[in-house]
Amino acid sequence: MALLETRDLSAFYGDFQALFGISMAFEAGDTVAVIGANGAGKSTLLKAICGLVGARPDAVVFDGRPIGGLRASEIMQLGIAMTPEGRKLFPSLTVEENLLIGADHRKGSGYWRLETVYELFPGLEARRTAAATALSGGQQQMVAIGRALMSNPRLLLCDEISLGLAPVVIRDIYAAMPAIRAQGTTVVIVEQDIVQALAVANKVYCLQEGRVTLSGAPAELSREAIHEAYFGH
Amino acid sequence: MVSGIDIVLQGVLLGGLYGLFAAGLSLIFGVMRLVNLAHGDLIVLAAFVILALVNGLGLPLPLAVVVAAVAMFVVGYVLQYVVLNRTLGRDILPPLLLTFGLSIFIQNGLLEAFTADSRRLSAGDLETASIALGGGLAVGVVPLMTFATAVAVIVALNQVFYRTAMGRAFRAVSDDPVTAQLMGIDNRRLFALAMGIAMVVATIAALFLGVRANFDPSIGPARLIFAFEAVIIGGLGSLWGTLAGGIVLGVAQTVGASISPEWQLLAGHLAFLAVLLVRPRGFFPRAID
Repeated sequence: MALLETRDLSAFYGDFQALFGISMAFEAGDTVAVIGANGAGKSTLLKAICGLVGARPDAVVFDGRPIGGLRASEIMQLGIAMTPEGRKLFPSLTVEENLLIGADHRKGSGYWRLETVYELFPGLEARRTAAATALSGGQQQMVAIGRALMSNPRLLLCDEISLGLAPVVIRDIYAAMPAIRAQGTTVVIVEQDIVQALAVANKVYCLQEGRVTLSGAPAELSREAIHEAYFGH
Repeated sequence: MVSGIDIVLQGVLLGGLYGLFAAGLSLIFGVMRLVNLAHGDLIVLAAFVILALVNGLGLPLPLAVVVAAVAMFVVGYVLQYVVLNRTLGRDILPPLLLTFGLSIFIQNGLLEAFTADSRRLSAGDLETASIALGGGLAVGVVPLMTFATAVAVIVALNQVFYRTAMGRAFRAVSDDPVTAQLMGIDNRRLFALAMGIAMVVATIAALFLGVRANFDPSIGPARLIFAFEAVIIGGLGSLWGTLAGGIVLGVAQTVGASISPEWQLLAGHLAFLAVLLVRPRGFFPRAID
């Protein structure tokens, strides 16, 4: 059984429909890339999974349990952690407090704690008492990922983690992916940077205007097929 | 000279009381950007709860304060969870209207239950006890306890805010309520907890309000004004700033009163306006906002 399934998931912002019947299945241990142009519905998909956007209860099923429309705080406690777009660190909290708050309401029983997150992102420990927003963009992104890992999630959602970062910094951040997957965590990466996302994923979904236009293993998909699914005709 | 020092000293101690009035208000605004127009009336409500426990059940004053604090925590928690949480959102008007209505509701409820008579809490000999400082100076024990309690309350609140997971959650929700939910924080419960804590502080303020002077159901709004002025003078979001604001207000009032009794309240308001002119964001505004 899949760890997380979306079944005919639709999502709305008021009268505007952002997702049209999305059906996906993420198996435990998968690294899934969700790609698509701006406004394709990638972020909305993650928000519907983590509870920031409403959904029909059985439209999102986590570990056999319908979770669509639950509060975001409840979904997080079930083991779904989100690294939101734009990092969204808490400016009033230090780097270490930003990490700690990730574990305050769910510790899980797993590998990730302060020490192991500092091991994963070696630059952070020296800045642990700094205000989170005083860090460089890349380090802030590392804190945001670390904060999500601190709850030892079963499913990690990463929304545009390369946004606004220099290529060399993006490479550093993606270098952490193998260590995250090694703990058995299922990872969903939403990206506009296709190359980076396809390199780490074993499954890819392409969205266009709120619908899945292509899915499969990255190796099986041709450039042309991806191009067409991404941009349309 | 001695009388000058005396006036300032009494003003500083009075500032402790205003700091206590304001600390709960400051806490609530800091965590959930809610301006609680009923805060003064909730303090008066707490004073009547203490009074009822002392007169009705015959509890000794310290025990009555503890029981009242627990009761007020529950009142605050339920009020926030059941009522105020529904009004929080992008529009700041609904919570203002609701707490304004609550203020009228509490005043009239107290009037029905306790009549318009002036009451006070009796602290026995403590009320008139004083400590001589030499050189003709003396400070009352009650004002001194008020000030010491205000400092203790603010130290305690700061410890909670900066040393505990709950405080981390308070600051995170204040920064970004949406992302806080992604940390597993249930905003509704956290806000209710904050209001409960604010009501415990309000109960402590009520004790010193009732021991220091008379109170009746109608005096809440005036306490609210003092609390507001203390919060604004100190700078929004800073608890120590709130105490400093209370002290500025207290000193201004005692200096004004020494010129003429009519000047007491006016001098406080003038000091408030003067601070607003010079430092519109108060003395210690939070850096981020």
